[in-house]
Parts: sequence; structure tokens; C-alpha cells
Amino acid sequence: MSVISRGFGGRAERPERSVPPGQYLTDEFPVLSAGPTPRIDTEDWRLDIKDLDGSGSSLSWAQLMELPNEEVTVDIHCVTRWSKHDTTWRGVSLDTLLEHSETEAGYALIRCYGDYSTNLPLEDLLDGKAWVAFEFEGGELDPEHGGPARLLVPHLYLWKSAKWINAIELRADDQPGFWESLGYHEYGDPWLEQRYVGD
Amino acid sequence: MRGPIRWRRVRVAETLSETRTARTLVLDVPGWPGHDAGQHVDVRLTAEDGYTAQRSYSIASADARDRLELTIQEVSAGEVSPYLVQTVEVGDEFELRGPVGGWFRWTSAVTNPVLLIGGGSGIVPLMAMVRARVRSVSQAPFHLIYSARTPDHVLYANELFQVATATNDIKIEFVFTRGGLPEDARRPGRLTSVDLPVLDESVRDGMRIYICGPNGFVESASQLLLAMGHPAATIRTERFGPTGG
Repeated sequence: MSVISRGFGGRAERPERSVPPGQYLTDEFPVLSAGPTPRIDTEDWRLDIKDLDGSGSSLSWAQLMELPNEEVTVDIHCVTRWSKHDTTWRGVSLDTLLEHSETEAGYALIRCYGDYSTNLPLEDLLDGKAWVAFEFEGGELDPEHGGPARLLVPHLYLWKSAKWINAIELRADDQPGFWESLGYHEYGDPWLEQRYVGD
Repeated sequence: MRGPIRWRRVRVAETLSETRTARTLVLDVPGWPGHDAGQHVDVRLTAEDGYTAQRSYSIASADARDRLELTIQEVSAGEVSPYLVQTVEVGDEFELRGPVGGWFRWTSAVTNPVLLIGGGSGIVPLMAMVRARVRSVSQAPFHLIYSARTPDHVLYANELFQVATATNDIKIEFVFTRGGLPEDARRPGRLTSVDLPVLDESVRDGMRIYICGPNGFVESASQLLLAMGHPAATIRTERFGPTGG
């Protein structure tokens, strides 16, 4: 079905580099959060990693800082329709964080300060596709944008890049997270426009 | 598994000017499945050359059969909102899908006392909640605090006045940031803790709070509430960024 909207011409200048369907480019960095921004002191910060068999580890901020990190420049896409090209982050790759894990898990549930959560297939976190990021554009990551540290999984809609990450729970089943339980898509590929359940 | 939320062809049945830069579109939406207050829809416009643009807008109206109202605030240099505020006429058509959003939502099943805090066009989903509350059997106390630049920037002014006058247990207060009415005791300025109700812990713990507005407003209001002892879990937020529209 194509309904022409009389008198709608769209933007005079359209982006040269493409964005996923239904998205528009912005230079700003809008915020989407379901509740108040939690303020977490790096002294108190932990990242727990739990495997299927109950084994796991708990990383302090100092331990995270000792791990090799990398700078990445990626495009990001929010389900609220804005996309942003060439954002630069610094973080620790999930390949590094899960290096010694011999897990048989197929999925991960990410838990956060402020009770947010999101679920992903484990393979979407590995092979250079995901980071625990703590810097944005050369500066400390602002609490509003998920600081002190957030997950960064730029190939999926940004709600998967959970702010204020606190735990990675490896699972055999795909347990829906916060937005995934409230009508949003379980996977969230922006290029397939998987915004809502059933898309 | 549920199928996708489908796009519907909608027709503009009526337009209402709210302020110089905001307009309500009353839409005919045949077969609309109904919605809860606070939910939003996606709007898709298509130009003659096939170019499309999508945006999300909060629903302003309470649930009604085959009818939906959106209130659009024009965003300067926006691509979609100027079209919806300035260009669209009765009889024009576009596409819409929804309702969407399961979190920032109120139904009469929520019996908690409700505090609504809106900044600018953040009033829109809160107005849907007020309208739903008025039409429902709910007796839940509502308190709306609405921050606007000046009285000229207030959306739904007459209706809010009527609701506050006619309905017990719905309290409505305005906070003007740039300029108020001559008789206002409060000096214009941004929302502070003085503008927020001081409540006992037992009341605070049993409340449901919805805050909607520009990100800076929502951030500030939610941090004020946390500092006053409101549990984070009682606060639901919806923010819009500095760009959009």
C-alpha cells in the first residue's frame, strides 16, 4: 500500500550515505530511558558474568580498566528513528570479556543498574561485534548515555546496547528483556526494520 | 507469534489549532484496535517521488472507536512536523501504525495515586492519561504539574481548566518558565523541588509517576524526585531529544 501524502516533499537535502529504512540522520545524541538515570560510582561498579553452570566472575572497575580496550567508530540506530554516523567509542570487546568461557550458552541476558535488561543471541556479542564501552567521543561516558559503562552492539537497534551494564547472564534460552517484554522485537535488526514484535 | 503491527491508511477528519506552533489532528482510523493512554503511533509520509519519512507521536486522545487524535508540536527545521502542523488539511491521507509502547502507559487497572509531570509538548501522553481517567470509573487521585514557557504555550488550556474544576481528585498546576500570568505568586523559572508535592514516605512508595518532556526537563524532574525520596521504581519517563520532528 502506498498512500501519497499530498503536499509532502520531504527534506530538500537527503543523506548521501544511507540509513536503515524509516530512520533519519541526526548530529545530536538524544536520550531514551524508561526511568531516572542511575548514578553509579566507579568505586561501587561491578560487572558480573554468569555462565549456565552457575560459574562466573565479578569484575571491578579497576579490573575492567586493566583489560585491553579498543577504539571503534560505528554508526548507531535508535528505534525512535534517529541514526548517527561515525560515533567513536572506547571499550572492552566482549571477545576479551568472554575469552576464557567455554560456554554452551546460546543467548545472553544483559542486566543493568536501574533494573533494565535486554536479551541477545550470544553470537551477536562475539567476533568483534560488541563492547562494554566507557568512553564516547574521547570523553567519559555521560550517565545519561549509560555511563560509567554500557554495552555497545551497533549492528542492532540501540536499546540492545544496554546502558549502565551490571551483568551478563549466559543462558540456554532466549529470555526476553525489558523492551522485548513490552512489544519490541526480540532481535532488533535495523536494516530489516525489526522494531516491534512480529516485524 | 503475533503478526506485524500493520500500516493503516488514515484520513484527517478535523484539525484544531492548539498554539501558534502546535496542532491537533483528529484522524479517522477505520478498524483501530484501541489503545491505552500513554501509547504512541508511528506515522509514515510518502512524497510523490516515493520518498518516505517516519516519526513516532504520542496519542493525545483516550481510547475511542475508529478515531485517534495526535497533537503535533512543530520542530523548526523538522521534516515531518511542519508538514503535519502547517500543510495537512482535512481530507488528506497518510499512513499510521500502532498502538505501540507498553511501559509509559496508564489504565484504570492502576489504582495508585498518580503524579504526572509534563514539560512542553510532553503534556500530550499525560493528557491522554487525564482523559482516560476522567472517562473511567477510576477514583485514583491524579496530580498534573505542567511546565510551559508561558500561558500562550499551554496545550488544552480550556479542557484542563474544566477537568480541574469538575473532577474531584484531579489537581492541575502550571509552572511557567519564561513568563506567567500577572496574578501568579510564583516567579517564572524552571521546575524546582518547591513546585513538587511534599509527601509522606508511605504515600511516595505507593505512587505511580509519569514524566514526559525534553530530555533536560525529564532528567532534572526525575533527579529532584529521587532527592525527595521517591523510589526510582515508581518513576516512568519518556524523553524526546533536542532534535526530531
